[in-house]
Amino acid sequence: MIEDLKKTARDALEKTRATDSDAAGADEARVLMAHGGGGELTRELLAEHVLPRLDNALLRPLMDSAVLPPLDGRLCFTTDSFVVAPLVFPGGDIGRLAVCGTVNDLAVMGARPVALSLGLVIEEGLPLALLDRVLDSVAAAAAEAGVPVATGDTKVIERRGEDGLIINTAGVGVLPEGFTVDAGRIAAGDAVLVSGHLAEHGLAVLSVREGLAFETEIRSDAAPLNGLVEALLATGGDVKFLRDPTRGGLAGVLADLAEDSGLSLEIEEAALPLSRAVLGAAELLGLDPLTIANEGKVVAAVAAADAERVLAACRAHPLGRHAALVGRFTKAAPPLVELLTRGGGRRLVSRPYGEQLPRIC
Amino acid sequence: MPPRDARSLADEIASTLAGRRVTLMEVCGTHTVNLFRTGARSLLPPELRLISGPGCPVCVTGQGYVDLACELAAWPDVTVATYGDMIRVPGRTGSLEKQRGRGGDVTVVYSARDALRLARERPEHQVVFLAVGFETTTPATAATILEAEAGGVDNFFVLPGHKLVIPAMEALLAGGEVPIDGFLCPGHVSVIIGSAAYRPVAEKHGRPCVVAGFELAGMLEAVLMLVRQVVAGEARVENAYDLAVAEAGNAVARQLVDRVFRPAPAVWRAMGTLPASGLELKPAYRRYDARVHFGVAEGPDASPPGCRCGEVIQGKLDPPECGLFGVACTPLQPVGPCMVSSEGSCAAWYKYGRPGGGRGESR
Repeated sequence: MIEDLKKTARDALEKTRATDSDAAGADEARVLMAHGGGGELTRELLAEHVLPRLDNALLRPLMDSAVLPPLDGRLCFTTDSFVVAPLVFPGGDIGRLAVCGTVNDLAVMGARPVALSLGLVIEEGLPLALLDRVLDSVAAAAAEAGVPVATGDTKVIERRGEDGLIINTAGVGVLPEGFTVDAGRIAAGDAVLVSGHLAEHGLAVLSVREGLAFETEIRSDAAPLNGLVEALLATGGDVKFLRDPTRGGLAGVLADLAEDSGLSLEIEEAALPLSRAVLGAAELLGLDPLTIANEGKVVAAVAAADAERVLAACRAHPLGRHAALVGRFTKAAPPLVELLTRGGGRRLVSRPYGEQLPRIC
Repeated sequence: MPPRDARSLADEIASTLAGRRVTLMEVCGTHTVNLFRTGARSLLPPELRLISGPGCPVCVTGQGYVDLACELAAWPDVTVATYGDMIRVPGRTGSLEKQRGRGGDVTVVYSARDALRLARERPEHQVVFLAVGFETTTPATAATILEAEAGGVDNFFVLPGHKLVIPAMEALLAGGEVPIDGFLCPGHVSVIIGSAAYRPVAEKHGRPCVVAGFELAGMLEAVLMLVRQVVAGEARVENAYDLAVAEAGNAVARQLVDRVFRPAPAVWRAMGTLPASGLELKPAYRRYDARVHFGVAEGPDASPPGCRCGEVIQGKLDPPECGLFGVACTPLQPVGPCMVSSEGSCAAWYKYGRPGGGRGESR
């Protein structure tokens, strides 16, 4: 089945390139209300746009439910809905995001993803070429993760704005014997690992958002993390906690960790993996990169003795090349996250609130 | 000369002070934030007190202005274009964000030019740009009005709310309520006005002024220069940011502003109307003033009950001393503008400070 998926991914990628160059075509075909009506157009939408891209053995029977093979172990089950404007941004689109988000929710539990569902809520008027592009991305990301889209649903709703598409994905995964993420097991001295450059997804999306467009080389880091997590766990090192720092960024995860472990954290500013482009853009917008979203990074709490070994495994993986140990847990009370700044100063890191707003000057 | 190490600068500040209590005001909101963010406050000795001044553009904007912006956003066919951090500032009947929730057309822009572009893209709308900010943002507003004129764009307006830094500093000193030994002067504003602009503050009021950049070492170096002057009983203007700031500033940018704007009395939150502390459009450009075009006027300035932002922006109060701070007023449910803006003093204390109160690194 994996070979199956890899081929689908290669085809999908080629199609992505093709649609990109054709998209300029004037009289674009668009999704109509009738595409969701259950009739001939619905069949056509599925047969010509959705199924060829996502084809796999679990989906192929097209029954009312997908039938999964017997699974050995505790199951993890998760769901997430994806709303992003614009639908396409540097480094990805809503399709890639929808697959990576759910795969990563499973991966950071330590689970091996087994199957995904895909629910599309399409606003009338969405260009079919854009839908194709998003579906190609879904296929490519699912193949990268090695997880089939086993079941799905498509609805068309009335047009509410420009290019509207909402995606829901759910995922099932299997937990390996004996592994449970548990912040309660973290002890003073344990290390905090970050798997790579921070804040890329949030800034990439901001860079193309209406009214905020700024030139940048920053691309979304959206990526399925199950392979990377598998590599970390395969070291046999004592990984006590994993989470992907999405909305709320690293600051949000660290604040959760302090709260859930009852321990303080000391983070070294100089050790944080931040690219020059990210630092520049964040400075320009007056945003703290620690509070900006990531979609392809993992934060791990690792027993002190195993930290270097787990770091080495992370760096050996293509998605973890820029990984770093950024700090450690301490007994300081009350439990807070403290940043040791480059200049030797200290300040607190707290959970961000709501929408990040660019400043005036 | 390589930049000095932050810790050695902090040590020299402490040894120069030799226990003497000194209060410095940072006039710029970005300094307030960066003094926390870089850990500078945690390195400084306890006898040095840093207070925030009226340097956060959102915080000094009167409530009447916010109310007027909300009122305009509710008009049919009017699009209010605003910098991001204005959108959550509470007015008498809610914020622009709430107005947007009620169906008002409010769009966040990153510059005045983006607002003009919006006006060009939506010829059937009247776009009102909320022109707030200090000397850093004024030249861009002026240039955009000239661009609108040259392009014959007749659906672009501004709601002038620009403010000038020096009159506010002088008003604080004239008020005499806040003991200020010296000013850490804003780096970005000074790029435009030049370091020479602070001479009246130094010469007339006898307070040293040092222009500072925004990096840790740069800020500490400026603090050290201030402390040396205070201890020696001097009051001069010095420039610790000469990489970006010239003595004469940027004359071209100021000429641009002078073509379009002229000094006028302005309302500062809780400080009242200060003479010649803001900018109004010159008669030739008054047709771009939303107040003129829509025939509307600003209501009175007022503060929400219990909110002490007015005292915070004048350095009379550290944020944790306000009864609402961190309890009724948090970044999630801000009561006053200083908790809303990313440059606001209350937001900086809340975000970076340690719970329990006290000085610099505490909340």
